[in-house]
Amino acid sequence: MTTPTAFSEERAGRAVWWLLGGFAVVIVAVVGLMLGPAGPAWWRVPVALLDRLPFTTIDSGVSDAQWNIVWQIRAPRVVLAAVVGAMLSLAGASYQGVFRNPLVDPYLLGVAAGAGLGATLAFSVARDTTSTWPVDPVPLAAFVGGVVAVALTYTVGTAFGRSRSATTLVLAGVAVTSLATAIQTFVLQRNNDVVRQVYSWILGRLTSATWGDVRLVLPYILTSSIILLMYRRVIDVLRVGDDEARALGVNVNQVRVVVVLAATLGTSAAVAVSGLIGFVGIIVPHAVRLLMGSSNRIVLPLSMFAGAVFLIGADIPGRLLTSPSETPIGVVTAFFGAPFFLFLLRMREVRQ
Amino acid sequence: MTSLALRGVRVEYGGCAVVSNVDESLAAGEWLCLIGPNGAGKSSLLRAIAGLVTCSGDVLFDGGALDSFSARELARKVAFVPQNPLLPDDMSVSEYVMLGRNPFISTFGRESARDRRVVTSLVEELSLSVYARRPLGTLSGGERQRVVIARALAQEAPVLLLDEPTSALDLGHQQHALELVDQLRRRRNLVVVSAMHDLTLAGLYSDRLLLMHQGVVVARGSAREVLRSETLNEFYGVSARVIHADDGTVVVVPQRSPNEVQ
Repeated sequence: MTTPTAFSEERAGRAVWWLLGGFAVVIVAVVGLMLGPAGPAWWRVPVALLDRLPFTTIDSGVSDAQWNIVWQIRAPRVVLAAVVGAMLSLAGASYQGVFRNPLVDPYLLGVAAGAGLGATLAFSVARDTTSTWPVDPVPLAAFVGGVVAVALTYTVGTAFGRSRSATTLVLAGVAVTSLATAIQTFVLQRNNDVVRQVYSWILGRLTSATWGDVRLVLPYILTSSIILLMYRRVIDVLRVGDDEARALGVNVNQVRVVVVLAATLGTSAAVAVSGLIGFVGIIVPHAVRLLMGSSNRIVLPLSMFAGAVFLIGADIPGRLLTSPSETPIGVVTAFFGAPFFLFLLRMREVRQ
Repeated sequence: MTSLALRGVRVEYGGCAVVSNVDESLAAGEWLCLIGPNGAGKSSLLRAIAGLVTCSGDVLFDGGALDSFSARELARKVAFVPQNPLLPDDMSVSEYVMLGRNPFISTFGRESARDRRVVTSLVEELSLSVYARRPLGTLSGGERQRVVIARALAQEAPVLLLDEPTSALDLGHQQHALELVDQLRRRRNLVVVSAMHDLTLAGLYSDRLLLMHQGVVVARGSAREVLRSETLNEFYGVSARVIHADDGTVVVVPQRSPNEVQ
């Protein structure tokens, strides 16, 4: 029976998932703070955290130096992993929603290649001019590169495809990606000495995360996330196709532009500080969909939480297994992500 | 009182007119059926009225021009059921019907108690209550058609456009779907414009027929006036017998032409 109660149950169900998602992020974040070379004994960390909460005083036996390791080295890394993971997943889920294509993510429209090119230029050609800058030019260059590449994709895609069809846009993204990659390869060949630096940037890293990085990206990522989450109901209407969504009163092109811009902005910011961490934007939303169904009203927020959990989690083996020289997080996400994805696919097959 | 008026409506694709100079006025509660061979422009005309393709001429809803409405306003004036609607497999029936409330929900808002009431009562009215939580992927063709009609009605628009509403259904379900539309238009005083291939059913359910050929209206009027052997031969290129039953029903019976039989 559909009664008003059925709808309020649905809403209550959604609220529960928000709470559970937030709770999971906190748990994994605390685990992330507990683990790592040096620092206090792992079990002392939660006690020390409780001690830091207002109105509580517990003797945790953690020295100031140890606390510094937790708060100045591990914490920014955990927070950045959470923020970047949440952003990449939310952006991926939004892209898949507005293009109704399960395989697209912001990387596809040129963010990855553009950011890669930007970073390469900062490492090589602009090395001398920027060496005296007070700020690190690489994130800035990556951010600008990502945004410019998507802007180019969008301009080309909409200029040639009069209908602004999603396919034209994706194909334009493929072309812009190839172009940016070609230029990047050319520049790298001329500057052999920076290949290693560029390569390690491309594989993604959270190693050197500081609170400064978090502060740098947070405004962009917050803005982007809020916009995307606000559009989640409308993105869900797009599931019936462009034409029918239009007939239902959705301004389809406008929604697509806003969502693509917001997702690009957030992704470029994430990529700027963390490098190209692949796989997150596709695998996390898919995992959520396989478990929870395809309603974007649930998939968007849950992808955000799941992305945060996934990336904090993926960062942990990276720093434990091969310390002191760390495995790039992009390698970890792919290594654990791919089998997990296959497992989820298999589960769905079994269930049906 | 005219609810929907078309004045010199013309639709072009790439400089080529697929619908030209259609004039028509429909009062609330009237059912107009568009008939004509494939490619006659029936779907294009429906899509023009729904605002999905640009057209020249005027489409007026209660005197207001189509161009003067925002997408959201237009969706409260006219509901469109396409020939092959896209039904996401794992969306539930009530979620899908709720999509029809989109024009009443602000972009960043959520559905109100009234939206939920409308959906609930529609689901009951169309005998879909048992299916309310079922995913769309598990429904049969007839059930799917009812769900799509429910979504269109959730828009509470005075004009309902149906593109080939019965093309995927068997005889019984065709009749059920059309009976349902007929009841609903009487109950809610809806203007219905549908494109149909089955001429007998078209004549049976609609008040008037509009026969289109290559984008032009070539005949209009009641089933008796439009469904004539010569007309069908001329525009469909078929040989068919038209039988006028005692109860006024016009039945179109296809015939094999004599020179093909030999």
